[in-house]
Amino acid sequence: MPAVKETVKQVDDIGVDKYKFGWSTDLETETAPIGLTEETIRFISKKKNEPEWMLEWRLDAYQRFLSMKEPEWAKVNYPAINYNDMYFYSAPKDTDGPKSLEEVDPELLKTYDKLGIPLKEQEILSGVKSNIAVDAVFDSVSVVTTFKEKLSEEGIIFCSISEAIKDHPELVRKYLSSVIPKSDNYYSALNSAVFTDGSFVYIPPNTRCPMELSTYFRINAENTGQFERTLVIADKGSYVSYLEGCTAPQRDENQLHAAVVELVALENAEIKYSTVQNWYPGDENGVGGIYNFVTKRGDCRGKNSKISWTQVETGSAVTWKYPSCILRGDNSVGEFYSIAISNSYQQIDSGTKMVHLGKNTSSKIISKGISAGHSSNAYRGLVSSHRRAENARNFTQCDSLLIGNKCSAHTVPYIETKNSTSVFEHEATTSKISDDQIFYCGQRGINIEDAIALIVNGFCKEVLQELPMEFAVEAQKLVGISLEGSVG
Amino acid sequence: MWGKKSVMFNVSNLTVSVEDNEILKSFSLDVGPGEVHAIMGPNGSGKSTLAHVCAGKEDYTVLNGEINLNGEDLLDLEADERSTRGLFLAFQYPIEIPGVTTLTFLKSSLEAHYKANNREVLSTPDFMKLVKKKAAELNIDDSMIKRPLNVGFSGGEKKRNEILQMALLDPQICILDETDSGLDIDALRLVAEGVNNLRNEKRSFVVITHYQRLLDYIKPDFVHIMYNGKIIETGDSSLALELEKSGYNNYIK
Ligand SMILES: Nc1ncnc2c1ncn2[C@@H]1O[C@H](COP(=O)(O)OP(=O)(O)OP(=O)(O)O)[C@@H](O)[C@H]1O
Ligand SMILES: [Mg+2]
Repeated sequence: MPAVKETVKQVDDIGVDKYKFGWSTDLETETAPIGLTEETIRFISKKKNEPEWMLEWRLDAYQRFLSMKEPEWAKVNYPAINYNDMYFYSAPKDTDGPKSLEEVDPELLKTYDKLGIPLKEQEILSGVKSNIAVDAVFDSVSVVTTFKEKLSEEGIIFCSISEAIKDHPELVRKYLSSVIPKSDNYYSALNSAVFTDGSFVYIPPNTRCPMELSTYFRINAENTGQFERTLVIADKGSYVSYLEGCTAPQRDENQLHAAVVELVALENAEIKYSTVQNWYPGDENGVGGIYNFVTKRGDCRGKNSKISWTQVETGSAVTWKYPSCILRGDNSVGEFYSIAISNSYQQIDSGTKMVHLGKNTSSKIISKGISAGHSSNAYRGLVSSHRRAENARNFTQCDSLLIGNKCSAHTVPYIETKNSTSVFEHEATTSKISDDQIFYCGQRGINIEDAIALIVNGFCKEVLQELPMEFAVEAQKLVGISLEGSVG
Repeated sequence: MWGKKSVMFNVSNLTVSVEDNEILKSFSLDVGPGEVHAIMGPNGSGKSTLAHVCAGKEDYTVLNGEINLNGEDLLDLEADERSTRGLFLAFQYPIEIPGVTTLTFLKSSLEAHYKANNREVLSTPDFMKLVKKKAAELNIDDSMIKRPLNVGFSGGEKKRNEILQMALLDPQICILDETDSGLDIDALRLVAEGVNNLRNEKRSFVVITHYQRLLDYIKPDFVHIMYNGKIIETGDSSLALELEKSGYNNYIK
């Protein structure tokens, strides 16, 4: 069999038997009444002991949601979602909020241990694990946040969004939905109505966050949607690097994940936001898997601010996701680095929006799409400049790599300039891994699986380099695993 | 057997077709340890096909015959397994791999060989030292090995890069497919020296070439003329000189 044909077959065979996070945890849980009604929303808000303003905020979002339609423009296909068959809240019993590590259910700790997520501060401090503070979100609730005290010494707030609503209402009210309005889109309205937990970060002026902050999302319960809400605020002259990871058990039904992430960077502040998205992608026939419909947007609100998105997308059955930057402040900078890998019957429609509003704003987009199996992988990107945005600059590079000939790659760039001084450059390439390349590697002793990992890692090197060290190694391995599953 | 010439690598009665065209027709060749065999022959006679089939390329149908290295039949093995058993092919047209630096490629290749042969993998500094030393011998500078593999390399650079890999992998049987074509005079001498440095009583070479000039530098023990899928004449190095003078017509019946 010619090498590439064989590769395609192997890639087919791997499917998701190799999805190593496919197990689930047995826990007693508490769930909201099934379906989406005002009652569900009241239940969630009550469960979280929310102040009245928050409940009203949610109900308002729900009203808006009811009047909206599911978007159909993305290059993805999936059966209609029945919101009345789904649970909108599920939490391990007795977990009303994050606790200290000693109080957390040992089953839960084991889960995160198995996932390789460092929650034990002791180990981290003694250098056994890397220097990361973690907020662990299990289904609908945050179960623990590490290093809170240490961070608060510097005035940094890192906690679950539920806690922030109670403890820092002034910040939450000021910034929540200030980047992504409730009715921005169908899923953001849905999220605003029913969001259950997520992380909150505030970095005070002129502070460099001394460690990586990270949220680790795990969907465990069946028939349950996960709707998390993340809000990161970098005040003037501050810096933070934030990581997000996610996995889910292997189940036959599709599960919905509709998150909203908002970033705000004030004058001279910088936010670096990295994601390794590894939700369950469904099996080799396209059964099961997560629907990942996410709205992520950063607002470079102040002068000279910078927001940089880096994403490695390997999981989910259907992905609909466009981390974007609003370049409002003069001289602000937006970046988007993306690796999107689709295999089996996965569908990805992802990209970014760079909206240039301020003067001398610049943005950079590096997108690497890798398609294998029967998958479909689309890059959709918008670069626009406002009349006021003198000297806006964008450079976009979109590369697609195909493995086999049953998959597809699409590039859909939109460019809108209302300012003649804008300079927007766009480059795109499509390539294939050839039989000759595989043979050449083989002749030098490198087997098919390693050859593909080598070539693919070379293909996405520019993006991998943008990830924080601890993540880069992990991501590089993941790239290998999602394409050939040689590592268990 | 004592007194009788031993065979390390041999091809016997190899018949190979591509898309129903027979390219190799009961081809046979015996190579003893330390020997250098030159194969010459007109365009299209099947030289590269022979090299590819020995190395395990997949587009060919082997209808008959065997390929043995140290008594093991290679035909059942994958290309990477043949490589780690000690077969090296210097390509007539080396392949480009964008994004993968030459250095990264060499490291993956060497590690695959070490692992397959249960040897301890070199540390990165030791690996770097080794590569730099071998590269310097072939006049390959550091900037070249930091570039993506073969991408934008000149014809001569590609060929020298093949010899660099050969020197690193320490093979038993080296098949060189027109490594001399596209080389300038200095590069030809460097490459030939590279090959000569690797010659020893155990390592053998099959050198495919159109020009006797290379054989001035790399003295072959045997010269074969290949035509229409098989060897039609075998001699010593004087055969190559004669071919250069009078062409193939005297041998093609
Ligand atoms: N994949 C293929 N499909 C069809 N024909 C092929 C294929 N590969 C080789 N051939 C044919 O087999 C014959 C031998 O080719 P080969 O490349 O082995 O010749 P060669 O002796 O190396 O020639 P040269 O001296 O030009 O390098 C040629 O006629 C060639 O067209
Ligand atoms: Mg040839």
